[in-house]
Amino acid sequence: MSVKVSEKEGERVELAHNAVGRAVPTMVNGKPQIPFLGVEKYQPRGRKAAPAICSNKDYPDTGDKRVADLETALRKCGLRNGMVISNHHHLRDGDKVALMALEAAARIGVKDLTWFPSASFPSQKNAIELMEKGVIHHIEGSLNGPLGDYCTQGKMRGMAVLRSHGGRYQAIQDGEVHVDVAVIAAPAADFFGNADGSHGKSACGSLGFALADSTYADRVIVVTDNLIPFPCVPWQIQGNNVDFVVEVESIGDPAKIVSGSTQLTRSPDRLRIAELVAQFLRAAGIMKNGFSFQAGAGGIALAFVQYLKQMMKEDGVKARFVRGGSTKFLVELLQEGLTDYILDGQTFDLDGVKSMADDPRHVATSPFTSYNYHGKGNFASLVDAVVLGATEVDVNFDANVVTHSDGRLLHGIGGWQNCLFAGCTILALPSFRDRIPVIVDEVTTMTGPGEMIDVVVTERGIAINPRRADLLDAVKGSKLPIRPIQDIKAEVEKICGKPARPKLGNRPCAVVKWVDGTVLDTVWQVS
Amino acid sequence: MKSSTADATSPRSSEAGHWGKEVRSDVHVAFEARVSGGIEISLESRVAPYYGKAILEQTREVLGELGVKHARVAIHDEGALPFIIAARIEAAARRAGTALGKRSLPAPHPLPQPSPKDRLRRSRLYLPGSEPKYYINASLHAPDAVILDLEDSVHRGEKDAARILVRNTLRAVDFGSCERTVRINQLPLGLEDLAEVVGESPDLILIPKVEEPEQIREVDRMIAEIKSRSGIIRPIWIMPILESALGIENAFTIATASDNIAALTIGLEDYTADLGVVKTAEGRESQYARSRVVNAAHAAGVQAIDSVFSDVADMEGLRGWAEAARAAGFEGMGCIHPGQIRVVHEAFQPTALEIERAQKVVAAFEEAQGKGLAVVSLGSKMIDPPVVQRALKLVERAKAMGAIS
Repeated sequence: MSVKVSEKEGERVELAHNAVGRAVPTMVNGKPQIPFLGVEKYQPRGRKAAPAICSNKDYPDTGDKRVADLETALRKCGLRNGMVISNHHHLRDGDKVALMALEAAARIGVKDLTWFPSASFPSQKNAIELMEKGVIHHIEGSLNGPLGDYCTQGKMRGMAVLRSHGGRYQAIQDGEVHVDVAVIAAPAADFFGNADGSHGKSACGSLGFALADSTYADRVIVVTDNLIPFPCVPWQIQGNNVDFVVEVESIGDPAKIVSGSTQLTRSPDRLRIAELVAQFLRAAGIMKNGFSFQAGAGGIALAFVQYLKQMMKEDGVKARFVRGGSTKFLVELLQEGLTDYILDGQTFDLDGVKSMADDPRHVATSPFTSYNYHGKGNFASLVDAVVLGATEVDVNFDANVVTHSDGRLLHGIGGWQNCLFAGCTILALPSFRDRIPVIVDEVTTMTGPGEMIDVVVTERGIAINPRRADLLDAVKGSKLPIRPIQDIKAEVEKICGKPARPKLGNRPCAVVKWVDGTVLDTVWQVS
Repeated sequence: MKSSTADATSPRSSEAGHWGKEVRSDVHVAFEARVSGGIEISLESRVAPYYGKAILEQTREVLGELGVKHARVAIHDEGALPFIIAARIEAAARRAGTALGKRSLPAPHPLPQPSPKDRLRRSRLYLPGSEPKYYINASLHAPDAVILDLEDSVHRGEKDAARILVRNTLRAVDFGSCERTVRINQLPLGLEDLAEVVGESPDLILIPKVEEPEQIREVDRMIAEIKSRSGIIRPIWIMPILESALGIENAFTIATASDNIAALTIGLEDYTADLGVVKTAEGRESQYARSRVVNAAHAAGVQAIDSVFSDVADMEGLRGWAEAARAAGFEGMGCIHPGQIRVVHEAFQPTALEIERAQKVVAAFEEAQGKGLAVVSLGSKMIDPPVVQRALKLVERAKAMGAIS
C-alpha cells in the first residue's frame, strides 16, 4: 500500500491506494478509515452499536411526548457543540424539517455540528449559510447543486462522506456514525411518536430512511403537521424509540414532496435506450415468470417499465415483485396483475403514495431490509435485474454516479451501489450528453467497481461486460445491437472529438464509501 | 431561447445560431468584422473544460478557411458538435459581409452507396434545417430516408444559415443506410439552396409546391450543372411535392418532366388550404388528389409517396392512415417524429399471406423459366404476366424490409 500526502487546511492528509488503485485518505474527520479491499473482501468484526438503555419512568405514562417546539425539543435532547444531527429525505426537495431543525440549533447557539442527512436537496442550500456561521462543521451525506459546489470548491471545513442508502444504515448500525439527535419528519404521527408516511397532506410514502436513526440514535424527535389520536397506524416509526413529538404548521411543500403526475420522456433517443433495455431482458431470458426487477424514476427507467410491461403482456409473463421507487407506472403493473408485490423504498408520485396507503401488496421497505450489507442478506441481491443511470462509465465497466467529469459533485449515491448486487445490473445511458462522451478511459470518481456492472445500454448499442459470458451467450443470435464497449466509445469520440481531461486538485474534499464502510474513492477539490 | 437573424442595417456585425438554457447542441456566434487587429475570440461553453481549447482552435481554422483576417468573434456554445460550430461561424461571417465565395467544409464522412431509383421509401423522417440536435442520432431510428428540411420548418430569416448547416450535415453526419434527402424552398429561393447543398451529393431533392413541369426542369438543369462542375457522377433523384389544385391537375406531366424523378408526393396542409377545406384525420377531402397522385406516379413509372400524419401521439390513427395509404397504392409516407417510423414500416409491410402467395407465384415463374415455358401456371390456374411482375416486386420489397430472408 503506497502512501502519499496532501494538504487540507494546513493539515497533512495521508493517502493510501486501495484495491482499485484509488488514492484515499486514511483519516476522515479525525476517524481512521479502511481503504476499499475489493468486493466481498472486508470482514467486519465485533458487535453492532446500541443506544443507551432507557426507562419508562423517564417518559410520561400518558404517552404524550409533545413539546412546544423544535428548539425546546433540541434543548431537552441536550444538543451540544460537535454533535451529530440527522435528517431524512423522504420529503425530497419539499422538505422543510431539516432546515427548521438546523436553524433551531443555530438559535440555541450550538456550533460545529455534523449534519447527517440521508440525502440533501437543492432547497436546503441555506445549509451553506449555517456552515459559514459555524453552526454546521461538515456534512456527511449526498451533496449536489449548491451544496456540492460548496464542498468541491473546498469551502467546507471537514470532509464530506458519501454513502449509499445501505451504507448509511451500515455506518449507523456498525457504530461508524453515532447519531446524537435524529429529527424525523412525519406526514402522520400520534403524541407517542408512532409515525407513518403514507397519510396526511404531506404524505410521501415510506419513512424507511429514518429507520436506522430511530433505532440507534441517542435522542429521536418526530416532527409532524398531522397529529392524529393514538394509535397512528401503520407505525413505520415506532414511538417506543421516540423521545419528543413536535407539532408544526407544515413539514413540507406537497408539490415538491411528490410529483402530481409522472411524465414519460418524449426524447426519441431515451425511448430507444429504454426499449433496448427491455428487449435485452427479454432476449436474455431474464424476463420470465416469477422474475423481479428494479428501475428508478428517471426518464429512461420509467419508459423502460412501459416497454417491459408490453413485452410481459405479449409473452404472458408475470413478476413476483418489483422494487420501487414507485410511480404510477409500477402501480399500474400491480393493478393489472403483472406483479404480485411492489417492495418500495420511496414513493415518487401521488399514485404511488395512494397505492401504498390502500394496497397491502404495495409494501414499504427500508434500507435495512433492502440494502444493508452488514446483515444476514438483503433484498437487493435477490432482484433479477436492475436498471440504473450513471454520469460516466469506463471501458472496464467501472461507473461514476456522484461527480461530473469535471469533478463537481452532482448526485448522491442513493441506492445505486446497493443495487449493483442484483442478478443483472444494467446502466442505461445516452452515449454522450452535450457533446461530452459518457464512456471514458477511466471514471473521474469510482462509485461502482466494474465487476459489479454487467451491461451498458446506450442509444448506439449494448455493451456486455466480458466477465458475463453467460449473458453474452444468452443473447447470441438475437437482433440486438451488441457491441464491445470500446467500439461505442470510439464511435462517440469520432462524433464529439476526444475530450480534454479536466485537471483535478490534490486536496480531498469528500470520500465515497463502499457498501461495507471501506473507502472506495476520493472527491478532489476542483480548481 | 435567444435567436438571431441577419442584420441588414449594419453588415459589419452579425450573429448566427442559438444559445440559452433550453438550447442543446447548438452554438451562437456574434461576429464583428474589422479592418485590422487580427482575430479576437471569446468563448463561453457548457463543455469548456473538455472542448474549450478545441473550439478555439477550430474557430481559428474556420476563419482562416473563410479568409477572415480581422474580426472579433464571441462564441456562446451549448455543446454543439464541430460541424455545427463551423456552420454557425460561416453563417455569421457571411452575414457580416465577409467570407464571400468561401466555404469552410468539415471533415467528410465517407459517402454511402448511391441510392437506387426504386429503393425502399416507406418512411422519411423530417429534420428541421435549423435544429441541429436532431441530426446525429436520426439514423438510429432507422427511417428509410432522412429529410433535411430547408422549407417550412425554417424561419424566413434563417434560410441562409440553415442551408450552410444542412450542407455541413450532409457532409459530416453518418446517416447509415438512410437515403439522405433535402427539401429545398419553393423556387426561386430553392435554387440558392441547391447551390449550397448539391455539392455534398444528397441522394434526393424534394421540391415543394410544384405546379408546372418547367419547375422540375429548372431544378434538374441546376443539379446537372453543379454535378458536372463538382465532378459528381452519382445520381441525385427528385421528388416533387404537389400541394395545390393546379399541381394535382398537372401530376402526370410533372411526374414525367425528368428521368431523375424517383417519386411523386403530396402535401396535404397546403393542398387543403388551397381548396379552402378542413383537413380531417380521415382525409376524405383529399381522396381525389391522393388517388390522382398514385395514378400519375404509376403511369410515369415512379413511386407514389403519401403526406404525413400530424398527430404524433395517435399511433392507432397513424396505423390506420398508413394502412389505407398502402392499400391505395402509396409506397411510403413522411414521419414527423421518430416514434412514427416503426408503425409506418409495419403498415407498409406486406402481410404474411400476401408474401406467401407472392412467393408461390415467383416459384412457379422460376420453374416455368427453367423449363423454357412462356406460360406460368400455379396449380390449375394460369398466371398473367402482370401478376408475376407484382409478385416479383412484392417479394423483393419484403426482402428489403427484412420480412423474409
